Amino acid sequence: MSLLEITNLHKSFGGLSAVLKFNFRLDAQELVGLIGPNGAGKTTVFNLITGVYKPNGGSIVFNNEDIAGMAPYNICKKGVARTFQNIRLFKDLSVIDNVKIAFHKNVNYNLLSTILRTPAFFRGEKIIEEKALEYLKIFKLEDKRDEIASNLPYGEQRRLEIARALATKPTMLILDEPAAGMNPQETRELMQLIEWIRKDFQLSILLIEHDMSLVMGVCERIYVLDYGQIIAHGLPEEIRNNKKVIEAYLGEEVG
Amino acid sequence: MHEKKKTWLTFIFEVIVLAVLFTIVQYAMTVGLINQSYQINITSMCINIILAVSLNLINGFTGQLSLGHAGFMAVGAYASVIMTNNLGMPFIVGILVGCLAAGIAGFLIGVPTLRLKGDYLAIATLGFGEIIRVVLQNIDYVGGPAGMVGITRLTSWPWLYAATIVTILVIVNLINSSYGRAIISVREDEIASELMGINTTSYKVLAFVVGAMFAGLAGVLYAHFFYIIKPETFGFLKSFDIVVMVVLGGLGSTTGAVIAAIFITFLTFALQKYAAVRMIIYSLILIIVMIYRPQGLMGSKELTRKTFARIWSGKK
Amino acid sequence: MIEFAQQLVNGLSLGAIYALIALGYTMVYGIIKLINFAHGDVMMVGAYVGFFSITLLGTNILAAMLVAMLFCAILGVIIEKVAYRPLRNSTRIAALITAIGVSLFLEYITIFILGPAQKVFPSSAFPITEYHIAGISILNKNIFVFISAVVLMLILQYIIKWTKTGKAMRAVSLDMEAAVLMGISVDKTISITFAIGSALAAAAGVMVGVYYNTINPLMGIIPGLKAFVAAVLGGIGIIPGAMVGGFVMGLLETMVSGYGNSMYRDAVAFGVLILILLIKPTGLFGKNTGEKV
Repeated sequence: MSLLEITNLHKSFGGLSAVLKFNFRLDAQELVGLIGPNGAGKTTVFNLITGVYKPNGGSIVFNNEDIAGMAPYNICKKGVARTFQNIRLFKDLSVIDNVKIAFHKNVNYNLLSTILRTPAFFRGEKIIEEKALEYLKIFKLEDKRDEIASNLPYGEQRRLEIARALATKPTMLILDEPAAGMNPQETRELMQLIEWIRKDFQLSILLIEHDMSLVMGVCERIYVLDYGQIIAHGLPEEIRNNKKVIEAYLGEEVG
Repeated sequence: MHEKKKTWLTFIFEVIVLAVLFTIVQYAMTVGLINQSYQINITSMCINIILAVSLNLINGFTGQLSLGHAGFMAVGAYASVIMTNNLGMPFIVGILVGCLAAGIAGFLIGVPTLRLKGDYLAIATLGFGEIIRVVLQNIDYVGGPAGMVGITRLTSWPWLYAATIVTILVIVNLINSSYGRAIISVREDEIASELMGINTTSYKVLAFVVGAMFAGLAGVLYAHFFYIIKPETFGFLKSFDIVVMVVLGGLGSTTGAVIAAIFITFLTFALQKYAAVRMIIYSLILIIVMIYRPQGLMGSKELTRKTFARIWSGKK
Repeated sequence: MIEFAQQLVNGLSLGAIYALIALGYTMVYGIIKLINFAHGDVMMVGAYVGFFSITLLGTNILAAMLVAMLFCAILGVIIEKVAYRPLRNSTRIAALITAIGVSLFLEYITIFILGPAQKVFPSSAFPITEYHIAGISILNKNIFVFISAVVLMLILQYIIKWTKTGKAMRAVSLDMEAAVLMGISVDKTISITFAIGSALAAAAGVMVGVYYNTINPLMGIIPGLKAFVAAVLGGIGIIPGAMVGGFVMGLLETMVSGYGNSMYRDAVAFGVLILILLIKPTGLFGKNTGEKV
């Protein structure tokens, strides 16, 4: 039983097809990679799944429900969370507030108790605070809880973004080039962290990554996208030796 | 337990400070220490604080630039005067109806326009503000361009004081909550906020409606103090006035908005004999502040108990 | 039918004025993404310069227009240098508020110096004659306004399409950074844009003086806003859009005053604005662009 099943997805911008006849499957607790040369349409696929863009055609079935064209916040509520290629934290807010915002969709006190400061408000805030701290601990950010997010070093910002995404309690996590801009040491640590998250939170993870060797190491299955279309998919071994893939990457970096 | 006790003590202390402030002014007014022109000044100050703090919720915390705040003030003012003067209802009914009417206007205008962003939203709100003014000018029941006159003065110091404190309290409490964080996240990054499960449109509308309601409250107080309301009082120049206070105080700082509102009121008061000079100074302040301190007086920081505690212990 | 044709004639000259002002808004927005709220007030200054040129220097109307254009071109460049340039890299709201500040400054410094009362534009500078063609009354001032506006617009088109400066302006508005790399002086190009936009506004100011007969320090606000609506209507940043938008606004306004309630004249302008913003915020000629994620 697959968690995510995308059929014939199509998106065009002003007559130009960015994604075409896109078919994709992700099982529960699977870690799948989506790779492809620059401009192949990887991020567009992510934007379609998370509702940032509305598809022109096709279906995105998540947990037996077609989420294609839904508003992003509804898709998030169904259990899809993501990070961004170019980190999008709430820059001027503290580290802990960034995570707290992710809990808002499950807030358990209403507006009236907010304004009247009833006991329900204080109870609710305490729970949110405790939970947010838990997530910060997992990502070793608890010492920086009151730091302004934009003052964190790059690697920590990436970790905070993942923490924030996880705090929405997703069943599927989408990571858009999580290792971009990291050095090899940081990348290795990040990959271990991703493996661990998947096991501990029992998540499915969909990953875009540019670094081929890295994707090969961590993903169970890989899809290769070029000019908006899937040109190959299979086990890392199969992808590594696929002629089409090598061709698509020639002239760029050869993984 | 000790911590809790301390919070309670601070709370009681603050209530006492507020009560003392109220009593002093009330006493001074009763014995005639505060003359008519100072009373006008104090009234304007409270009204300006309400306007600035409520607009700051929209412009500062939610990050949605609105240039039509005076329109909601007008709706509140007119609705309440219809209640009190034309229908003979008590003041409290006027206040509630004024706030409600302004809130409804905020909702009706907010839902379609808040899809727009930045400059476009600013212009659309300015347009709606002007439409409210022109519509009022064309309704004979409310006096057309001449407006409504002979309004009973019902706005007294207790009402003003209570209204100001309720406004600040509601908005501060709203901002320092999960709802407030959702509102601020819209300003910070709308797309990221959506993807965290926050229905950004509904939070923008929420902030807009709450802001409009308090602008309506300010309108009610204004109408029932100055005896007369005219559509042209609530034109876009008035809206700009409020924006100036918010920007001067620092977008996203409630204390900043309060300080700026007080400052602008005093500036207006001091220069009331020289209207043109006042506006020249006003515009120069605006330009200079934007060039040298675009984040305003306070930035997005607040004066809090902690700040005062720091200053206090620093002095020791 | 005659009534309609009559309104059409009136609307065309008013529309020409709006179009001239709208061009300044659109050029500035196209190049630095700023709603120059002070633009309507630059038009007001132009009207006053024209007025004094006629009354004090005794020039004829065309010379007055040229003097006003020159004066406001310099004024526009100064405004940009002093108030907007320091804010080029700060937030949009800061720039917008500065523009509001400049607008208030121009209005009230004029009131301070010349007083708030309106001045009557000297009729000797432009004696009115009325022509009757097929039952329609056409005033020579309508013809004057329309023709001079069209001539100015043609000159503008020439500058933008065929001169080096015009090419630089288009390049900067497309991509400022790339323009710098191509050796274009962005500062200079922006200054020229302000100069041209303000000169057009000044011409419009003198035309408003001729058209309405009176001028006052706050005369720039409402026509300024309406011209802005015209610019948005045509698609802000798009020059032919501003021209078309201006004429549409002028015609709409005269039709509403002619057939409906003139009290609602101003509301109609804003109603149009809001409709456009809600249906197609990029305007009649604009392209939709989404945010890149």
